[in-house]
Amino acid sequence: MSVLAHLPAETPAQQTRRGHSRLLPYLLLLPGGLWLTVFFAVPAVQLAATSLYDPSGSLQEGYAMTWEFGNYADALSAYWPHFVRSLVYAGIATLLCLLLGYPLAYAIAQKATRFKNLMLVCVIAPFFTSFLVRTLAWKTILSDNGFVVGLLRDVGILGSDGRLLATSVAVVLGLTYNFLPFMVLPLYASLDRLDGRLLEAANDLYASPVRAFAKVTLPLSMPGVVAGTLLTFIPAAGDYINAELLGTPNQYMIGNVIDSAFLVRLDYPQAAALSFILMAIILAMVFVYVRRAGTDEVL
Amino acid sequence: MRLTHSPLSPEATAVLSATRFSRRTLVRGAMASGALVTTGGLLSACGTEGTSQSAESCVSDDTSSTDKKLAFSNWPQYMDVDEKDESKHPTLLAFQQSTGIQVTYTEDVNDNDEFFGKVQNQLSGCQPTDRDIFVLTDWMAARLIRLGWLQKLTKANLPNVQANLLRSLRARPFDKNDEYAVPWQSGLTGIAYNGSVTGEVRTIDELLTRADLKGKVTCLTEMRDTMGLMLLSNGHDPSNFTEAQFDDALEKLKRAVASGQIRKFTGNDYSTDLAKGDIAACVAWSGDVIQLSAEDEKIKFVAPESGLMLWSDNMLVPNKAAHKANAEKLIDYYYDPGVAAELAAYVNYICPVQGAQEKITDIDPELAENPLIFPDDATLGKTKVFMALDEAQERSYSTKFQQAIGA
Repeated sequence: MSVLAHLPAETPAQQTRRGHSRLLPYLLLLPGGLWLTVFFAVPAVQLAATSLYDPSGSLQEGYAMTWEFGNYADALSAYWPHFVRSLVYAGIATLLCLLLGYPLAYAIAQKATRFKNLMLVCVIAPFFTSFLVRTLAWKTILSDNGFVVGLLRDVGILGSDGRLLATSVAVVLGLTYNFLPFMVLPLYASLDRLDGRLLEAANDLYASPVRAFAKVTLPLSMPGVVAGTLLTFIPAAGDYINAELLGTPNQYMIGNVIDSAFLVRLDYPQAAALSFILMAIILAMVFVYVRRAGTDEVL
Repeated sequence: MRLTHSPLSPEATAVLSATRFSRRTLVRGAMASGALVTTGGLLSACGTEGTSQSAESCVSDDTSSTDKKLAFSNWPQYMDVDEKDESKHPTLLAFQQSTGIQVTYTEDVNDNDEFFGKVQNQLSGCQPTDRDIFVLTDWMAARLIRLGWLQKLTKANLPNVQANLLRSLRARPFDKNDEYAVPWQSGLTGIAYNGSVTGEVRTIDELLTRADLKGKVTCLTEMRDTMGLMLLSNGHDPSNFTEAQFDDALEKLKRAVASGQIRKFTGNDYSTDLAKGDIAACVAWSGDVIQLSAEDEKIKFVAPESGLMLWSDNMLVPNKAAHKANAEKLIDYYYDPGVAAELAAYVNYICPVQGAQEKITDIDPELAENPLIFPDDATLGKTKVFMALDEAQERSYSTKFQQAIGA
């Protein structure tokens, strides 16, 4: 009865609902937008302001705003090797992740019928322990008296006095290991969606498996490759734990410098300028990369 | 700087030090992001105010007489524990029973710089940190004194300290009148080596140049410790040096980094590497080495001929701490030789209390003989306390040093 009684009122209700639906996108944006405003936009503006303070100021005396754009030039000229090193290490680690991750993701998505979920869990399993504990474990694995170094010495890859720990190799290996899941998961997501019938069709049209891979599988998995490389490269470039634990001062990345500028040297303008330069470099590289990959292959 | 006697296996110790490190590093990451928000203060495109305070600008009320409470922040494993229950601290319990003061003891100091980041906003704005005592190393104490963030202690409330504080720890360069900082424990910085990997290392020059040590040497990231030893090895006095002398010493360090002699710069974490033998010799803190050599007698501490650095972790009472009189009671309590001996039997650093050596004979006669816990006058005569730096010096020296160590 009551349902019937309400029936005539339906039309205005629908109208208000339509009114709501015009507002709805904005309402949905609100929580995320507020979050980003408070925890990203405001700090970013502050960071920008800090990077332009007079560098002769100090914690004790305070800082004057003098629009000191020279801070950027100073920071870059003092620490450009660290920037280059960060990008090179992150680049190599990303490439290694891709080489290791692609076959793995392909195997999980296409071949591991029964064990698919188990294998996925294995990929994610390292996340159940802390990032630091995992990196410290690598310190033990690569230790001078550990079996890895012993084996490499025995087969002659490393000299009798050679070592892995405290070298660039160790840092790049650490980065590769720590960020591998970020590469595998997006790759898996795109390869899992691959329609097997397309490969059958390629086969029917006399494409060799290699050709089918190059013409069908690879192009279709490009969104996964792009997402994976970005998710790996960006955090790897800013990482400082691997360099601190597995490297030496000669392997320190830009993250180590920013850490020390903020917390040890208390040189806030320079620390802020360094952070902004890193952000700008990564944004520019990502922009170029996505545009290239985007126009040529993804779409 | 601390790491103390523990009955644990090397594996367990490794795990412990790993988690300690992780906590430190994680909090550091959090602090760094916090620093972004705070250094700007309010959204200010027009700069920030200075952060100094003074006794006039920041007045603290003492509610000790009515409020029998005390909040005490210290480094991990820096207090004696009950053999049966690790969460109980016998000396602290005895203090609570005899005074009726309820002590909240927190082990939340993991790193001087990190702790500074933790309390910097409150103290620069003259806000309470909710801590009545915290324990920080000399140079950080010096910075807080300079910033005016500490309360002056009332000497009349500290008779034991007046009577029993070691002579060599009085009138230190950063606290000439002994008004702000009272040592909790002290330690020496010297050389340690692992006898299973290398022969004896007697001097800093050997450490930095001997060919068989190449790539197997570490130095400390604490500038005062590493640079103090460098200055001493050049024949200069770390408690009174010129910029040119500092640059000379730094040059020496840089050469050793460039030649690959120095593998890395470390905090506490050198101890596991030294025990494993990945490191043959290093700049080390005395207390760590006592612990390591208890497990492996091949690991030895060497006092270089040129001299050693003496440092302390100091009990400090910050501005706006509401229980200063209670805090002074606790500070004075730990300067009773009997109590100090009980603490020293657990914490293997230098006991800054005169008379504790006699008392500790009853607990463990061997410890009373240990020159790294109760150094004789000859050893103490060779020690130096690093010079107090003003803000400009601190920034210039630490920037140079950080650049030399790669960050």
